[in-house]
Amino acid sequence: MRPLTEAETRAVFEKLGRYIGENIQLLVDRPDGTYCFRLHRDRVYYLSEKLLKVAASVPRDNLVSLGTCFGKFTKTQKFRLSVTALDFLAPYAKYKVWVKPGSEQSFLYGNHVLKSGLGRITENTAQYQGVVVYSMADVPLGFGVAAKSTQECRKVDPMAIVVFHQADVGEYVRSEDTLT
Amino acid sequence: MAAVRVEEVLAAAEEREAEKRRSVTVEKELELEFDLGNLLALDRNPPAAAGLRGAGPRREALLRALARDNTQLLVARLWELPAERAGGAGGPLVARLPEPAFRLPREKPPPRPRPPTRWEQFARLKGIRRRKRTSLVWDEQAKEWRRRWGYRRAGGDPARAWLAEVPAGADPQEDQFARLRREKRERVARNELNRLRNLARAHRAGTTVPAAPLHPTGHQSREELGHVTRVARVSTASLGRFQPRLPKEPAEPPSRSGGRKRRFEPLLGNLAAERSRQLELLRDMGSKKPVLDITRAVNKQLRQEEAEAAAAKGKKQSQRGKRGRRQQRPGRSSKKSGARRQQQQQRPAGGGTGGGRRKKA
Repeated sequence: MRPLTEAETRAVFEKLGRYIGENIQLLVDRPDGTYCFRLHRDRVYYLSEKLLKVAASVPRDNLVSLGTCFGKFTKTQKFRLSVTALDFLAPYAKYKVWVKPGSEQSFLYGNHVLKSGLGRITENTAQYQGVVVYSMADVPLGFGVAAKSTQECRKVDPMAIVVFHQADVGEYVRSEDTLT
Repeated sequence: MAAVRVEEVLAAAEEREAEKRRSVTVEKELELEFDLGNLLALDRNPPAAAGLRGAGPRREALLRALARDNTQLLVARLWELPAERAGGAGGPLVARLPEPAFRLPREKPPPRPRPPTRWEQFARLKGIRRRKRTSLVWDEQAKEWRRRWGYRRAGGDPARAWLAEVPAGADPQEDQFARLRREKRERVARNELNRLRNLARAHRAGTTVPAAPLHPTGHQSREELGHVTRVARVSTASLGRFQPRLPKEPAEPPSRSGGRKRRFEPLLGNLAAERSRQLELLRDMGSKKPVLDITRAVNKQLRQEEAEAAAAKGKKQSQRGKRGRRQQRPGRSSKKSGARRQQQQQRPAGGGTGGGRRKKA
């Protein structure tokens, strides 16, 4: 376990910034305690200082996970956000997409969101903007990337993909073994 | 039965106790010779020959017992030495060893004498002896003792010399400062050349030359030369901090650990400092991002295209006939829901027909 280097911090913040914009400050600088990011076996964890002090006493080989896993660094040092970060992305998300009840299940199984399943989308969403996907009852389901901007979404045919799937809460069941 | 068992247990325990006590005292025919300075104990007792000639495990056990006994005697002697606590009151107990008596042989062969340099030969010939010079010289101007050469030398800084007299037979047009500089450079070069020659002579004679792998041989590989370059860079008084780079040498200095190990921040370091660093990083990242005009521009473009398309469609319909449009219009215009496209089509269409009608009228 170690703190992130400058380059790694930059990569993580860039990725997070695509979904929550400048609200990362609220994650870094919290009024209710000191929270920090730590790297352990290529995974980035977000945890409080109290928890960090306790986790520091666990041997490296025996430590499985700590705090909340935000994502991991791949072999080529690219940062990949995982669904376990959804609890921190959802409240601060800038661009949101609501999915109709009929195609909720499809998204939770790992498919992209089609125009026919799109309920609502935040105004002024740019193309390839990071978005958080909600159900019509405002329950966060996951996050993805907008395939079309809001304007284009209105014109496009019903079978076109409007949101690329990146992570969904169904992964808690599907990839139970690989999530930490 | 139980009583017998108890007796057996007691006997075994007693034997173990005796064993422990026995192990501290060792009986030997001949006393051992000790050299505590080298931690050496010499045992001249003849070993039990029969046991040693035998096969593996028994011989092993005998040798082990012999070693243990001798070590016990050595350690006992060490405990008799005067001891003290190293590093203050809580430090470890350290015995002060006497001077080593046993002369250990040389590890490497003794060095061969190097051949005398040309100056040394000349000096021996002429009988010139080396005069011991004082390191400090009295500086009359500064009225204090200054170094003979180097930083703040007696006689002032030669770089700041503002006067250079023209010598008697010299050309008056010649630049004296340039001449002094050139002569110094030549002296330095000559010295260097002679030093290298002496080194080469010593090397040819077979003398061990100090730092031998670093001297140029003419057939060194790329890696060796790179290594030598790196060593040469660091071999200055400031450990290479102010060395200018060669033309094609990479700009960044190599890490102090030689590129072997990465160093990270401490795990539980100053968290407040970490937080402030991250906030600063966020600020830097945020400032460089351009304001997203692209979306607005794209949307504007799309709306324009839609408007044009709608206008063209409207004109076509108005040209076809007004009957169809009059029947459809009231139904459509009332609906406010649906895509903007319909609304936009309506308005320009309405505008188009209205305008057309007005014009005709």
